[in-house]
Amino acid sequence: MAESLFGANRQMAVDENLKIELGKQGVFVTTIQELYNWGRRSSIWPMQFGLACCAIEMIATTMARYDLARFGSEVFRPSPRQADLMIISGTVTKKMAPQVVRLYNQMAEPRYVIAMGACAISGGPFKQGYNVLKGIDRYIPVDVHIPGCPPRPEALIQAFMTLQKKIDGQHLTGEERPRHLDEQAPGEFPVPEFGEHDLDPPSNPGTWTVPKIIQ
Amino acid sequence: MASSPYFSLAVLFVVALGFGLAPLGLAWVWQRVFSPAKPNAIKNAIYECGLESRGDAWVQFRSAYYLYAIIFLIFDVEAIFLLPFAVAFTGLGAAACVSMLVFVLLLIEGLAWAWAKGVLTWA
Repeated sequence: MAESLFGANRQMAVDENLKIELGKQGVFVTTIQELYNWGRRSSIWPMQFGLACCAIEMIATTMARYDLARFGSEVFRPSPRQADLMIISGTVTKKMAPQVVRLYNQMAEPRYVIAMGACAISGGPFKQGYNVLKGIDRYIPVDVHIPGCPPRPEALIQAFMTLQKKIDGQHLTGEERPRHLDEQAPGEFPVPEFGEHDLDPPSNPGTWTVPKIIQ
Repeated sequence: MASSPYFSLAVLFVVALGFGLAPLGLAWVWQRVFSPAKPNAIKNAIYECGLESRGDAWVQFRSAYYLYAIIFLIFDVEAIFLLPFAVAFTGLGAAACVSMLVFVLLLIEGLAWAWAKGVLTWA
């Protein structure tokens, strides 16, 4: 019912060419889904949260020279309750990982994650360190990975635009709908605990599969 | 009814009420149709910079601390008025100096009272 009512399904929406033609005549046609996604992607509020040197680049991105406000994301929230986006900006140590995962859990849906820099995506130059998590995607689902050590502000802006494109393409209903609209999809991501030698569990099997070593 | 002088006010009131309630209602409908609530223990926990919160948030402070606030005020007000006094000191007459002396003495009286009461000794 919701699909026909809100034009949420792609098949039910107005034909793309017809929409362009109508636009030339000054008639604006849209769907609830497009409005919803437009609203969400135009005001992604990041969490005020920095881990290491990448955070300096993140701060630079928000300042006047790079001006993240152009993308509607200048409002860094000091509380996970009000944030839509978590930017993992820097090395995630095993000491810090439970806190990061807990903060992610405490954010309201829909929530997104950008893993910024080599450390956040894989451990980077500190990968061999006993206390460094080899990528935050072991515990929480990451939407955009940015390589670089640290990535330049342009790279972070590119990640924002990639995330905006991703949000734009999300469907309200149907099988491909995102997690926050799916009742069956899990909303809880277990917070790891400090084990005897490593974090326990070492990864979340729901979001990350241990790569197989083929000899 | 429409001839009543308050009719326009009533209309404005209804519009203002609708302006506030309509977004709330729409948000509720949206949540019912599309966005399922998925609460869990970690999400509902008290937010405290990622760490697990310990103890009670309803901490009580001793009301006796108000005395420190008042004594702070003595020095605060004194500093604010002494600075312009010191800057303009060479150009001031005897009357200005006497009135300033009275002002400072009044403040010192407050401090002396607090001292005599034993407020300055840390309990």
